[in-house]
Amino acid sequence: MENTNVENKEMTLDDAARVKVLSPGMMVFKRFIRNKLAIVGMVIIVFMFLFSFVGGLLCPYSQSQVFYTTDKILKDYAGATTIDQYQIQQKEGAELPSDIYSKTLIAASTGKYVFETRKGDVMGLGNVGDGVYVIYSLQSVNMLLRKNADYDAAVAAGENFFTDSKGDTYLFQDTGAANPDVYGATELGVAAMKSFTAYDKNTKFSYDFYRGALVAMANGENSFEADGKTYTVDGEVVSADGAEYAFVSDLNFNAANAGVFISPAYKNAAMEAVEAGQSSFTFADENGEEVEYVIENKNGQYTFRKYQETRVIDTYARPSKEHWVGTDANGMDLLARLMYGGRISLLIGFVVIFIEVFIGMIMGGIAGFFGGWVDNLIMRFVDVVYCIPTMPLYLILGSIMDYYQASATTRIYMLCVIMAVIGWVGIARIVRGQILSLREQEFMVAAEATGISTYRRIFKHLIPNVVPQLIVFASMGLGDVILAEATLSFLGLGIKYPAASWGSIINAVNDSYVMSNYVFVWLPAGLFILLTVLAFNFIGDGLRDAFDPKMKR
Amino acid sequence: MKKFIIRRLLISVVLLFFVSMIIYAIMRLMPTSYVETQAMALATRPGSKSYQEWVDQLNAQYGLDTGIVQGYFKWATKAIRLDFGESWYFNQPVLQKFSSVIWYSFGLGLASFIIEIVIAIPAGILAARKQYSLADYAITVIALIGISLPSFFFATILKYVFSIRLGWVDLYGIVSRMHESMSSTGKVLDMVRHMILPTLTLVVVSIGSLMRYTRANMLEVLNSDYIRTARAKGLSENRVINHHAFRNTLIPIVTLLGGSLPGLFGGAMITETLFQIPGIGYTFYQCVTQGDIPFVMFYMVFMAVLILMGNLIADITYALVDPRVRVN
Repeated sequence: MENTNVENKEMTLDDAARVKVLSPGMMVFKRFIRNKLAIVGMVIIVFMFLFSFVGGLLCPYSQSQVFYTTDKILKDYAGATTIDQYQIQQKEGAELPSDIYSKTLIAASTGKYVFETRKGDVMGLGNVGDGVYVIYSLQSVNMLLRKNADYDAAVAAGENFFTDSKGDTYLFQDTGAANPDVYGATELGVAAMKSFTAYDKNTKFSYDFYRGALVAMANGENSFEADGKTYTVDGEVVSADGAEYAFVSDLNFNAANAGVFISPAYKNAAMEAVEAGQSSFTFADENGEEVEYVIENKNGQYTFRKYQETRVIDTYARPSKEHWVGTDANGMDLLARLMYGGRISLLIGFVVIFIEVFIGMIMGGIAGFFGGWVDNLIMRFVDVVYCIPTMPLYLILGSIMDYYQASATTRIYMLCVIMAVIGWVGIARIVRGQILSLREQEFMVAAEATGISTYRRIFKHLIPNVVPQLIVFASMGLGDVILAEATLSFLGLGIKYPAASWGSIINAVNDSYVMSNYVFVWLPAGLFILLTVLAFNFIGDGLRDAFDPKMKR
Repeated sequence: MKKFIIRRLLISVVLLFFVSMIIYAIMRLMPTSYVETQAMALATRPGSKSYQEWVDQLNAQYGLDTGIVQGYFKWATKAIRLDFGESWYFNQPVLQKFSSVIWYSFGLGLASFIIEIVIAIPAGILAARKQYSLADYAITVIALIGISLPSFFFATILKYVFSIRLGWVDLYGIVSRMHESMSSTGKVLDMVRHMILPTLTLVVVSIGSLMRYTRANMLEVLNSDYIRTARAKGLSENRVINHHAFRNTLIPIVTLLGGSLPGLFGGAMITETLFQIPGIGYTFYQCVTQGDIPFVMFYMVFMAVLILMGNLIADITYALVDPRVRVN
């Protein structure tokens, strides 16, 4: 029943229900969306736009935000050197000549304990033993040493000075000789290769304390008296009234950072570790936590280093939850930079193409429509620009901008202008060729015959016929512009830090260490460029097929 | 024909004049940091002239003290006699440096050119014969990927895979470290080995356009009336394609290839720089970054000449291959 119904219905050939009439634009659109590659291209481009423009808004980071991380770094805590110079403590009120250090060193090492200073004073060292010397100022005296009990006792003890019953001190030289030289001695100071540290920061040691402690340690005594107080000696520690008072060491400690007080207890622990030849030791810090210190020895110079948490720039972080693509050399989030870089790459592409089409259409249109000498002039100019090698030229202009230290934004604008000024010639040629052929066609002759104005002839009849070709050219040209910009930025002459572009992100591979170890830095940006350019080419290809179905069989 | 060639030649010379003038004007904007560093070094010598005097003297020596137009004619009169001056950076005559590096570039260009032709033309014809088949789509996509690949990115991937991961070839350079101790065939093979990746880069990056050009032309030919006539005559498909269609496709292709012949001397700047092949492109890159004006100027004009020659050759081959043009 139904079947016959339909057949019986009367239909004319041009019935709207029978022949669905499509506008030319609609037909192009239908052909376009039937092209799979073109649809793929559209999807990619939409994704890229969303990624760059919307993604940049959603991304919590900005393109030039630097990220930090805490890292454990071995930092110098203290240094220690073996003391190889005599540390001289001066007696209150005594004056020592300026060359006393060198003279002491020579006298102590040669054993000639009596010496003359540069000023001509005679001085001497009283050898207490164990590298401890008392410095005396000497006056010659005549004295017979034979049968002097004090002298005999001093010789027996291996010392070269004695104090007689009157309290005067005498120093003698050439112990073995029959009649040694004797000098009356006045004490000036004491020299030893030891360093003293107080347990209490505020303690100041008196000369008597120094002398007493050094002599006691040299003689192996357990206690000594100084300033009316009794001190006990236990190894390297000197105590007073049962409390630790001073620490004596033959290492000279200094803190790596100003303001750090190195406690005697720490020095003690460090010295023990050094003497035991350990490469590290632990010591409790103020909070009672055990901290490990690493010992480094360089020709008697010890450095104590500990692991310290330090805030450092998070460079080349691997992809993680916080940074999906990782961070770059400056510790900036790569995903954010990819987004903002995409904005610049896409924007440059569109701006350049827009300017190119604008200039190219006007110049090509004028040349094609008017012909004659105008055409000749414009086209010869186009030929000249066409002959200029573009990439080398961009390079030169880039280095000129480097020289004048153009800012990042200025560079972007300049790049757009330069690329457009070079690129419009291709469009001008296409437009001119198109218009030349259109001008001869019947509809243009008809348009002229109806007497409509030149303006309307150009903009109503000529330009719309050129547009399809222009769209195809522009969509493919977009890819080329993005490629050129990326190449320039890659060579370091295009977009510069802190602004990002996909090309400048890949620039990192110029460091071959980055290339081999941090693939995540350069691979995404490269893929983005490839995909975007590919998508524009797909779209251009699809548009050409859609506009010009003649190529289809 | 003779008249045609002479006319084209004359136009080319006039174009070259203007192109080189524009290039010269841009060159003069280039930072002259080289002159300044030189002057600085000379001025520090004991008993030397002041810095400013040296700058003036060097500028005069290099012809940088005159106005742009005057300076251009000074340069041009020398350039006509093939005197391009001395390269500042390499400290030798520009032409000498040029002749020592050009053959690397030419070798690289020629190798990739031949490989390109051998692959692209059959592939393009295949794609056209089976339009909208799987093979056509594959070839189209491959060609478009090649066009869209940034050469620096592709070169980096190749380096990463073949040099760093697999370790088959060196990362940089044209010769390996042991080059001097090799036999003469070994030396040649060594250089060939170093050329593999750059050639591959160039082929992949530039093969797409030739493939698509071939396909488009073949499609146009296959849609033309004489092919329909040949088919209507009952000729075999092979004979139609190989005899009738292929020959006609060759006309534009030969024109295109002829036009790109001079380009073989132009060097591939990016690829050469990335692989540090000491060709003309890499040399130019070094000179640009060092502000070596004489060499950069020479290279730019040389490139312009190559482009003009390419156009000229394309026109002439077109006339040679297609008799219809000669009649006109």
